[in-house]
Amino acid sequence: MSKKQIIQSDMSSLLSAEEIAEIDAELAHVPYKSGAAIDALKIVQAKRGWVSDECLRGIARHLEMSDEELEGVATFYNLIYRRPVGEKVILFCDSVSCWISGCDDIKTAISQRLGIDYGETTSDNSYTLLPVPCLGACDRAPVMMIGDELVTHIDDEKVTALFGKAIRRAEE
Amino acid sequence: MEKVLTRNIGLDQKPTNLQAYEASGGYQGLRKALAELSPKDCQDIVSDSNLRGRGGAGFPTGMKWSFVPADEQCTPGHKYLVCNADEMEPGTFKDRLLMECDPHQLIEGMILAAYTIGADISYIFIRGEYIVATQRLRDALQECYAAGLLGNNILGSSFSLDMYVHPSAGRYICGEETALINALEGKRANPRAKPPFPQVSGLWGRPTIVNNVETLCNIPHIIDRGADWYKTLGIGEDAGTKLFGVSGKVNNPGCWELPMGTPIREIIEEHAGGMQEGYQLKGFLPGGGSTDFLTSDHLDLAMDYNVIGAAGSRMGTGTMIILDDRTCPVAMVLNLIRFFAHESCGFCTPCRDGLPWSRQVLQDIEEGRGQPEDLETLAYQVSYIGAIGNTHCALAPGAMEPLQSALKYFYDDFKQHISNGRCPYH
Amino acid sequence: MPTIFIDGQELEVNEGENVLEACLNAGLDLPYFCWHPAMGSIGSCRQCALVQYQNEEDSRGRIIMGCMTPVTEGARFSLNAQNATQFREAVVESLMLNHPHDCPVCAEGGECHLQDMTVMVGHRDRRYTGKKNTYRNQYLGPLIHHEMNRCITCYRCERYYKDYAGGKDLGAQASHDHLYFGRHEEGLLESEFSGNLVEVCPTGVFTDKPFLKQYSRKWDLQSAPSICTGCAVGCNIAPGERYGKLKRVHNRYNHEVNGYFLCDRGRFGSGYVNSDSRLDYAGIKAADGSFMAVPQQQALDTVADWIKGKNVAAIGSPRASVEANYLLRELVGDKQFNAGFSDSEAQLMAAIRQILKTTKALNPSIKHIESADAILILGEDVTNTAPRVALALRQAIRNKSYQLAEQMGLPKWQDAAVRNLAQDQRSPMIIVSAMDTRLDDVASHCLSMAPDKIAEFGVAIVEAMAGESTSNKQAIKVAEILQSAKNPLIVSGASMQHWDIVNCAVAIAESLCSKKTSAMLSLCVNEANSIGSALLMPEEGPSLAQLIDNSPEVLLVMENDLERRLTKQQMQQLMADGTQVISMDILENATLGASDLVLPVASYAESQGTLVNMEGRAQRHFPVFEPSAERLSSWQWLLKIGAAIGHKKISKLQDFDQVVAACAKSHADFAELTKAAPDNSFRDRGLKIPRQTHRYSGRTAMNAGVNVHEPQQPHDNESPLAYSMEGLNRDQPASLTPYVWSPGWNSNQSLQKFQAEVDGPLKGGTAGQRLIASTGKGATKKATLAAVEMRAKHWQLVPMHRVHGSDELSVHTDEIAQLAGIGFVALGVAVAEKLGVTEGDGVVVATADTEVRLEVCILSRVAKNCIGYSAGYKETLALEAGSLATLSVAENWQRRQPQMIATDKVATSPVIGEGDSAHV
Ligand SMILES: Cc1cc2nc3c(=O)[nH]c(=O)nc-3n(C[C@H](O)[C@H](O)[C@H](O)COP(=O)(O)O)c2cc1C
Ligand code: SF4
Ligand code: FES
Repeated sequence: MSKKQIIQSDMSSLLSAEEIAEIDAELAHVPYKSGAAIDALKIVQAKRGWVSDECLRGIARHLEMSDEELEGVATFYNLIYRRPVGEKVILFCDSVSCWISGCDDIKTAISQRLGIDYGETTSDNSYTLLPVPCLGACDRAPVMMIGDELVTHIDDEKVTALFGKAIRRAEE
Repeated sequence: MEKVLTRNIGLDQKPTNLQAYEASGGYQGLRKALAELSPKDCQDIVSDSNLRGRGGAGFPTGMKWSFVPADEQCTPGHKYLVCNADEMEPGTFKDRLLMECDPHQLIEGMILAAYTIGADISYIFIRGEYIVATQRLRDALQECYAAGLLGNNILGSSFSLDMYVHPSAGRYICGEETALINALEGKRANPRAKPPFPQVSGLWGRPTIVNNVETLCNIPHIIDRGADWYKTLGIGEDAGTKLFGVSGKVNNPGCWELPMGTPIREIIEEHAGGMQEGYQLKGFLPGGGSTDFLTSDHLDLAMDYNVIGAAGSRMGTGTMIILDDRTCPVAMVLNLIRFFAHESCGFCTPCRDGLPWSRQVLQDIEEGRGQPEDLETLAYQVSYIGAIGNTHCALAPGAMEPLQSALKYFYDDFKQHISNGRCPYH
Repeated sequence: MPTIFIDGQELEVNEGENVLEACLNAGLDLPYFCWHPAMGSIGSCRQCALVQYQNEEDSRGRIIMGCMTPVTEGARFSLNAQNATQFREAVVESLMLNHPHDCPVCAEGGECHLQDMTVMVGHRDRRYTGKKNTYRNQYLGPLIHHEMNRCITCYRCERYYKDYAGGKDLGAQASHDHLYFGRHEEGLLESEFSGNLVEVCPTGVFTDKPFLKQYSRKWDLQSAPSICTGCAVGCNIAPGERYGKLKRVHNRYNHEVNGYFLCDRGRFGSGYVNSDSRLDYAGIKAADGSFMAVPQQQALDTVADWIKGKNVAAIGSPRASVEANYLLRELVGDKQFNAGFSDSEAQLMAAIRQILKTTKALNPSIKHIESADAILILGEDVTNTAPRVALALRQAIRNKSYQLAEQMGLPKWQDAAVRNLAQDQRSPMIIVSAMDTRLDDVASHCLSMAPDKIAEFGVAIVEAMAGESTSNKQAIKVAEILQSAKNPLIVSGASMQHWDIVNCAVAIAESLCSKKTSAMLSLCVNEANSIGSALLMPEEGPSLAQLIDNSPEVLLVMENDLERRLTKQQMQQLMADGTQVISMDILENATLGASDLVLPVASYAESQGTLVNMEGRAQRHFPVFEPSAERLSSWQWLLKIGAAIGHKKISKLQDFDQVVAACAKSHADFAELTKAAPDNSFRDRGLKIPRQTHRYSGRTAMNAGVNVHEPQQPHDNESPLAYSMEGLNRDQPASLTPYVWSPGWNSNQSLQKFQAEVDGPLKGGTAGQRLIASTGKGATKKATLAAVEMRAKHWQLVPMHRVHGSDELSVHTDEIAQLAGIGFVALGVAVAEKLGVTEGDGVVVATADTEVRLEVCILSRVAKNCIGYSAGYKETLALEAGSLATLSVAENWQRRQPQMIATDKVATSPVIGEGDSAHV
């Protein structure tokens, strides 16, 4: 009806056929389309690393939600990224057990090596560093996730082994 | 002691597949129920067993299930069973183990629970970060569908059930069962007002049961071996076994299945191997980040719901966090409050704005800017934010538990920060 | 009625209400934020805390939220216990953590619910040492100003906008103490009801943008009870004036009409009152065609001179008051008086008049409409023709959820719980229209049909209900839905200018009545006093065409731009005939321009008058301020003219009350007109009702820039209101409440102090008087349906009304004009594709009589062979509903720069405060 709708109806073409197929598979077991909002956001993010404004609108159209409604959902959750992230996201646990085990110093070490603080991405786009609540591996603290991998018992050695390269690459 | 929940979990923590699970007696409970027991029978057995919820609140599971209206008492439609696998309580790492290593045990428990309450659709709401567990559960579900353990007419019976894994997009509040339901509906995960309780109006407005992973893992064994057997497992007043864990500066941090009522001292000193060299126990949170501190005076208490409750704390998730003498209690509480403030859903005022206020006061104290009146302010905040009912859900009262007990047990530490104008631990 | 105890005081309370409501009803000051009487409870702000005790022995109790706790027999509470007061203070202290200290520059200051509550809980000193969170504001269009830093996160805006008004483009984003209420990106708020955010927000996040440009504090505004002239719903409003300017319009509560809410036309569409195109002085046309301003007396002498002993005809106006129309009719006599509708509309209005007087169906108030449990809308886009009714319909469809809730013992005010329970289950609403309507999103069924087919469909429904065989399956389904409802409602109206549609709406409603007594029939009509004018339309009066053909020597036109009622040819004929035209109006328009003598008329805000709304309710508006220059109300001009010519009846009338009495006496339909509001003799405890607040400031200095001598306060000799600060504004008759204020309650929330009970009628009753009591004999007429004959490559023109754009006066407000855009033709996707045009392109619409170039607007659903056009826009005045037109692409069309559309603006998504590191 309004111009807005016309423009937005083109939006869903911003999602790939594959993404749409995966989202539709989720739709099969929710009674309302909007029920698959979080799944859809995750599907798109899995492919693209983050959810851009265009993708958000594309998903909203596809699920017959308003942009605002979906934005409200997307910005509520810690693991939906509304800004670009690096190739890998480091989810660094800063909750109590890891903290007792000295995670603050390790975070400083990682930050220094990668040249980024929480919420930032390395200049070579390889890592984004984010804090995460307790990862449920407190017996192996301190821990973090790099992409899908859980890294436990982090210490200086591990940090060097993991990120020694990253900082050099960034400097080149 | 007999291992029940972890009988299939070896030191290598490899997952059991369907074959291995069945070889160790798996799906016996389900077969028995579908062949011999009515949902009502199952309900009675679980009620009799005195199983209490392992998600933190310890609510009797059988009683919770009994609130689901029978078909004839509600409008026709679905009923739902949801497994709460959103483990994010700081210091808690038990559900991860159960799901990663023995996914079928959880699935069997869920099928039985669904059978009992008459649910036809079930979800496992799992933390987004639990990548391995998610994959293993999905693999196991596939095995189940292939083997006729899920889907239409399970094992030839008239009972049908679908089960899905829903990985969360990450928020501690999603663990609160009504927030979880909103998240499952694809909405912002604000908790809902209770009443109505989810048992009557939950997911998509329909009757819904939400249970913790560990709670559900108990079900196959209870159905298979009976309530009486189950009750004998506990050595105190509560029934069954429980996963207890310890983290912090102990020699052997970890998670073990032990009888309900195991003394705290045994857990910390024997299983966790006692404090590391050079560290002394100053206090501990008995069941995760939202429980009150206890101290060495409480080491001989049994890990039973009411015993820990009487000592002024909560069993919570049963995973303890040890505060040692070289770690600053103010900073530890600050760490926790920072977590809770960030994870507040932002729905109600005392939590949304009160927790950041507490965080600010604690930070001022920890960083040497504390004023004597700050201690009054903290106490004021505890009574303002900390009582159940003052806030919309239990997150904020939980957040206040470590602060309130730290003010009780470590008051001198707070005072020292203020009078020294710096943190004495640095 | 249960009894509860509050601080030992025994209170009888209403069954089923919550403790907050009970407290407010008892006159106790319990602070709250998130609860709203029309929107219920969610328990988010935690401000309404009390202590509840288990029993008499319990001395500690526990904190509960008043708004979330149902009253139960014997329950014991305390408002004043220390833990309760301390808790409530702590809540405000928390809210103040991030709230800026900008009250002096905040538009909400002085009527801020947050200020009130802060004072009420006694919070004073800030203990928080951290920095305040700050946010970026969004551009939300010309009506609403956004200032997020002031947000206290009560969720009212989102709940109002989304849940209550059905808007989609505003909501909560982010979480914890970084919550943000706004749009996905900057841009115009799309809801026609966005303005209520201004009153719903308890602080200054959403404020009235036009008001900000000419701001005054609430206490400095002079107000009077008034009625919106935007449409026929007749919402009650409280306009505020200062320095001779109408500054803003606020809602004025009427339990049965508008409740707490207005539409944006009503709230923002009065800017024309301050327009530069207002007429200030009378004028006589000189030979060169220009007007020469003349003093009032000279103008009157000239008018008297012109009309005395002549053949004088008059055209009244459905946007002018009953009193003015009555006097005009008296002045020229029935045979020379035309009520001022276009001829086609006049026929329809005569029919509607007859229907209202005889129908078996119930003619519902807006409040009543909210009780419907099945709705059929025939041919109306209610949101655009009677906006406030559409808002009520959005509440009615929730009745299904209330039924479900009731089965579960869940009280209606448990808003979020009721919504969760019902999910998208709604009471059925069937919309049968030619094209998209703004209620489609919540309709259970949308059927697209050409206007004549709608009527046919209506007949099929009647047949299906009568059990006659019909092959129309949809009609059978609709009949079933309506017949199984308890309170079915049929909505139709005049906007399609189609008698058959209205007639079959009546038939459906009345055949429902034969089985169910309570079927409702609501007919939307076009203008603020359309019904009043219809009632004053003489049986034997001339049609406009006849009147023009008669070529009267003198024609008096009152508040009517004939360009909107006549064809071009008629207009030309009228002006060429040598008829002397005397025209009185508010704003310059084509009719005034073509007149020989013009008289400046006071707008609704400067005059007194009665308007009859679509339900037949007569409601009085009072002048908010004295008209400036030489403007007079139309009725005042007519009294003077009557006196000048020595008119037998009119010259005996001295004042407004006498006019009202004379009208009541002359016309049976208006017998109760005197009850619309108390007359001039009314005194409250010996005093008139003050228009100014007791804190009205600078009265003696306000005009010092013009004249240092303190001017005399104007005297109001016509009404029970005074241009004064003195007097009482408390519990007076509802029709005389100029504004709400109560000690400690400076915001509009003070309304509850004026209500007999929360969300109920005012203590002073309900404003207005219903004039029409139906005989109940039945109004169904046998239908002989007139089908439109289609021709190849021709489309049938269907009028589309617009909240912003279709109304004659409001569109002279800058902001409304901006929103209205230009005249458009609305096409289905297929037609647009065939023509090769998209939204914003130009198309030539050609009918037998005329050709116009219009902007293209694309529809999502449209009946076969139909196209829509923007009704009431100046570009489309020549188009006639139902006529056939051809389409071609307009040559050299310049696309407008789209300025207002949200998605055209490149904007950053809202930035959530500092350091929200987990949200990348
Ligand atoms: C803030 C908050 C977080 C919670 N997180 C979890 C959780 O991660 N896992 C869980 O099982 N229960 C959690 N709970 C408890 C659940 O609300 C619910 O009580 C539990 O899932 C019920 O399961 P049970 O009866 O089996 O214990 C949480 C509660 C609150 C208030
Ligand atoms: S206590 Fe309130 S703000 Fe905090 S998480 Fe619960 S509902 Fe949300
Ligand atoms: S008014 Fe009761 S919690 Fe907000």
